[in-house]
Amino acid sequence: MTLAISVRGLGKGFTLHLQGGVRLDVLRGVSFDVHAGECVAIAGPSGAGKTSLLRSLYGTYRADAGVILVRHEAAVVDLATADPRTILAIRARTLGYVSQFLRVVPRVPALAIVAEATDMGGAGLERAAEARARELLLRLAIPESLHGLAPATFSGGEQQRVNLARGFAGAHPILLIDEPTSALDAANRATVVAMIREAKAAGRAIVGIFHDETVRDAVADRVHEVRPLREAA
Amino acid sequence: MSGPLLSARALALRFGPITALDGVGADLWPGEVLAVVGESGSGKTTLLNVLAGRLRPDAGHVWYREPDGHVADVHAMPPPVLRRLHRSDWGFVQQDPRAALRMDVSAGGNVGERLMAAGARHYGHIREEAARWLEEVEIDVARMDDRPGTFSGGMLQRLQIARTLVTRPCLVFMDEPTGGLDVSVQARLLDLIRTLVRRLGIAVVLVTHDLAVARLMAGRIMVMQRGRVVEDGLADQVLDDPRHPYTQLLVSSVLAA
Repeated sequence: MTLAISVRGLGKGFTLHLQGGVRLDVLRGVSFDVHAGECVAIAGPSGAGKTSLLRSLYGTYRADAGVILVRHEAAVVDLATADPRTILAIRARTLGYVSQFLRVVPRVPALAIVAEATDMGGAGLERAAEARARELLLRLAIPESLHGLAPATFSGGEQQRVNLARGFAGAHPILLIDEPTSALDAANRATVVAMIREAKAAGRAIVGIFHDETVRDAVADRVHEVRPLREAA
Repeated sequence: MSGPLLSARALALRFGPITALDGVGADLWPGEVLAVVGESGSGKTTLLNVLAGRLRPDAGHVWYREPDGHVADVHAMPPPVLRRLHRSDWGFVQQDPRAALRMDVSAGGNVGERLMAAGARHYGHIREEAARWLEEVEIDVARMDDRPGTFSGGMLQRLQIARTLVTRPCLVFMDEPTGGLDVSVQARLLDLIRTLVRRLGIAVVLVTHDLAVARLMAGRIMVMQRGRVVEDGLADQVLDDPRHPYTQLLVSSVLAA
C-alpha cells in the first residue's frame, strides 16, 4: 500500500497575545499514517483538537513541532516546513479539504463554485467541468433550479451539500473531510457514505471527522483518537 | 518556473521623522494575488507605490522580470521605460477612479486611450476592443459615448478596471479598489476582479484594510505595522492562525455579520 500521509510528533499551540499571552496547547505528539484507498477517522471529545488536527494537515494551522509528510506527485513533501507556493501546489493537485461551512464569494452561482473546483478550467474544458459539477450537485439532491443561484440564500443542508460537491469535484489523491453529514437527512447521508466509499475504491486517502457513528463505521478503516491536552499557562 | 515576477528586498523609506518602510521584502510570482493589509499609516500604500516605481525608496531594491526573462531594477529604469511599462504591461488601480480616469473624455475614450498609448492605431479596432471591455466589466455599451461624470461610483471603478486591463497587463497594483463603495457594489466588483484576474492570469499586489477582501481575493497576505512586515503567509494561515500580536488584534477586531 502506498503511504499518502505520514504524521510524526505533530504539535500545535496558540499564543493568545491579546489575553495576556496565554499559551493554549492543542496538539502534542500526534503520529499516524494514512495509505491510499484508506479512510482514517479522527475521534475524540469536543474540544480535543480534531478540527485543529485537520487544519494542521491542510497547512492552515502552522505546525510548531513534528512533520507532516505528504505524497505529492512523485515526491514526498513535509507540509510542516513547505513554503507557501509549495503548499498551494499541494492543495491544487494533491490535498483537498471539505470544511464544515461554505465560504464563497457573494454572487457566484452554485454550479460555478463546483465547476471551478473540478480543476478542469483549461480552454475548451469549461463544459466538461460544468457537466461534472451538474452531475455532483444532482447526486447530492441540489435541484437544477438552484444551480444558477448563489448559495448565500440556501438552507444549511443545501450549503453543506454544495460544499461537499465542491470538495469531491477535484481528483485530489488525499481528502480531508470535516463533519460532512452534520446537517443532512438520512438519504443524503447515504449518498455521502457512497461517495466516500467510491473515493476509497478509486485509491484516494481520506482523513475525516465523523460525529455520526453510523457514518463513521460505514467508511472508516481505522480510528485515530485525540485527547484534550490540559491548558498550560 | 523561472522566478518571481517582482522582487523587493530591504526597502526603507522615511518621511522626516516617520518611518514609512523599514526593511521590507516581498516576492510576487506570475499569476499570484498578494494582499498587503494593515491599518492606515502602516505603510501599505507607500509600499505599493515603491513597488510600482512611483516612489523612490531611501534604500533597497525592486526587481521586475521582463517577459523576455531579463531582470530589471525598477528604480534604475529611465523614466520613459518605466512609463512605457505602466502604459501596457503594468496597471495601477486607484481607490478613487476619478483620479485615474479622464472625466472629460467618454467612457469608450477612456478605455481606448490606454490602447492608443500602448501603440494601437486602428480606430475601428480600438473602438471594438473598448466596447468589448466595457461589456467585460458589465457596463452597458450604450453608455460608451457618455462621459464618466454621469456614472455611479461602482461604474466608475469598473471603468477604471476596463481601462487598466485592456492592454492585458501581467502585473496590476491595486490600492483599496473597493474602498469607497457600498457593500452591495463591493461584492459585485470583487467578483468581477477575481474572475478577470484568474482568467487572464494577472499577478496582483492588492492593498486593503479589509481582511474579508484579502481572504476572498488573495492567495497570500502580508501584514504591515509601522512600516514593517510583521507576518506573512497563505491567506488562511494568516487569518485563521495569526501569530503576531498585531495580526491577532486585526483579526479579532473584525465584526462578524
